[in-house]
Amino acid sequence: MIGTFRAALAVAGIACAVPLVLAQSAADEIEKYRRALQDGNPAELWEARGEEMWKARAGPKNASLERCDLGKGPGVVKGAYAELPRYFADADRVMDLESRLVWCRVALQGMTEADAKRNPFGSPERKADMEALVAYVTGESRGVKMNVSLDHPKMREAYAVGEKIFFFRGGPHDFACATCHGEDGKRIRLQDLPNLTSKAGAQKGYTTWPAYRVSQGELRTFQWRLNDCFRQQRFPELEFTSPASVALTTFLAYNANGAAFDAPAIKR
Amino acid sequence: MQTKHWIALASAAALVVGCAAMAPGPSDAEVRAKAAEVMKASFKDRGQAKVDRLTQDETQATCSQYAGKELPKDVAARIEQANLAAIKYPANGNYLGDWKRGEQIAQRGTGFQYSDDPAQPSGANCYACHQLTKQEISYGTIGPSLHNFGKLRGYGDDMKKYAWGKVWNAEAYSACTNMPRFGHAGILTEEQVRDVVALLMDPASPVNQ
Repeated sequence: MIGTFRAALAVAGIACAVPLVLAQSAADEIEKYRRALQDGNPAELWEARGEEMWKARAGPKNASLERCDLGKGPGVVKGAYAELPRYFADADRVMDLESRLVWCRVALQGMTEADAKRNPFGSPERKADMEALVAYVTGESRGVKMNVSLDHPKMREAYAVGEKIFFFRGGPHDFACATCHGEDGKRIRLQDLPNLTSKAGAQKGYTTWPAYRVSQGELRTFQWRLNDCFRQQRFPELEFTSPASVALTTFLAYNANGAAFDAPAIKR
Repeated sequence: MQTKHWIALASAAALVVGCAAMAPGPSDAEVRAKAAEVMKASFKDRGQAKVDRLTQDETQATCSQYAGKELPKDVAARIEQANLAAIKYPANGNYLGDWKRGEQIAQRGTGFQYSDDPAQPSGANCYACHQLTKQEISYGTIGPSLHNFGKLRGYGDDMKKYAWGKVWNAEAYSACTNMPRFGHAGILTEEQVRDVVALLMDPASPVNQ
C-alpha cells in the first residue's frame, strides 16, 4: 500500500519537475496520481480505531457509545450519516455528526462538553478521537444515498442561514465560500474546485469528505474542511461544532441529496 | 446561469415545503440578520484574524446581498464609483517598481491568515487565480489570463494608471469581482503594488514575453 503511494508520488513528482509540460498534461498526471491513491486508503485505520472506540466503555459513566442515537434510533449507525445534519428533539437543535458525537459523549459517557470537544483535529503526535469516531460512523454510510430532510422548520432555517454564510463576503480579501466554489471548471493553481452551488458539484464535494489527506497524514472531517477553508478565507477561526458550521453543513449536505455517499475518501 | 437557477429552485423548493407545513418563511433581510447573528456566535479571534473581520463594509454587504442574483446596474455603478473614488495613486507618480520583486509577490500565497506571521510581508497570490507568464504552469483559472497584459494593451501612462487602480481596488472597475482590493484593504503596501504593476506593465517582464 505504502509502495503504491510512493510510486504515485514519484509520478506526480516527475510531472512537476518537467517545466515545459503543459498545464493540461500536468492535470492529467495529477488525476492519475489521485486514481493510484484509491488502491489503498489509510482511512481504514481510522475507521477501525473509531469502531473500537465506539464500543469501548469510557468517561465518568464508564459507558460505550453503542446507545448513541444518531437520528435513526439508539445504536443505529448504518446509513445515519447520509441523513445528517438533522433536527434532534432531545437537544432541540440541528446537529451535524460531530455535534451529535459531542452530545452522546456528554449524555452517555458523562464527559464535560469541553472535554468532548478537546483536540478535534489531530496531528501525528496527538491523534484525535473525534476523527476516528467520524471515520467509523461515516464509513457505515458508504454507498448510501444522501437524504437530508428539511421537513423540520429548524432545518429549513439552518439551510437558509447556511446559504447566506456561503455567500457572505468579508475579511481583508473580501472572500466568501462562493469566491472559489461558485462556478464550474475553476481551479486554484492546479487544484480543481467543486462548484458547490451546482447539484453535481455539491454532490461530488460533499460525498467525498471525510478524507485521508496524504499531505497531512491525517483523516480530516467535514468540520475540519470548513475550519480550514475559513482560515484560507482570512476569517477568524470557525469554532468546532458552532452553529455557523452546522448551518453551512446543512446547506451543503442537502444540496448533495440523491448522490451515493462515498467516504472516507483519500485526497492529496 | 444554470447553477444560479438551481440554487433558486432549491430555495423555492425549500420555501414551498415550508409554506405547506408552516407559516410563510422569513424575508431575505431577516435571514441575513439571522446569519450575521449566527456567525457572530461561531467565530473566535485567532492570531491576527480577529472577529472584527466579520464586520462588512458597504461593498462586502451589498455584494453578499446580491450574490447568486443579477446585480442591478445602478447598484453596480454605486459600488464602482465609491471604490474608484477611494483609489490612492502613488504620490510620486511612479507606477512601475521592480517586476522581479513583483513576480515573488505574485507567487507568494501567505498573508493575513491566522496561521501566518504578521511580521512577514504578504503575498498577492496572483497565480492562484491567473495565468501570468509562460514559465509558470501552475496557475489557477478563477480570473482571466494576464499573459501579455501590457503587450496587448500598450504601455502608455493611462494603462499604467488603470493597472494600478485594478490592483489597488478592483471593485472600482468590476463591481462584486472575486478579486481582493489589494491596496485599498492594505493587503499590499504601496511599494508592493508598484512591483506588481511592474510585473504586468514592464516590457521586460516575463508577463509580456
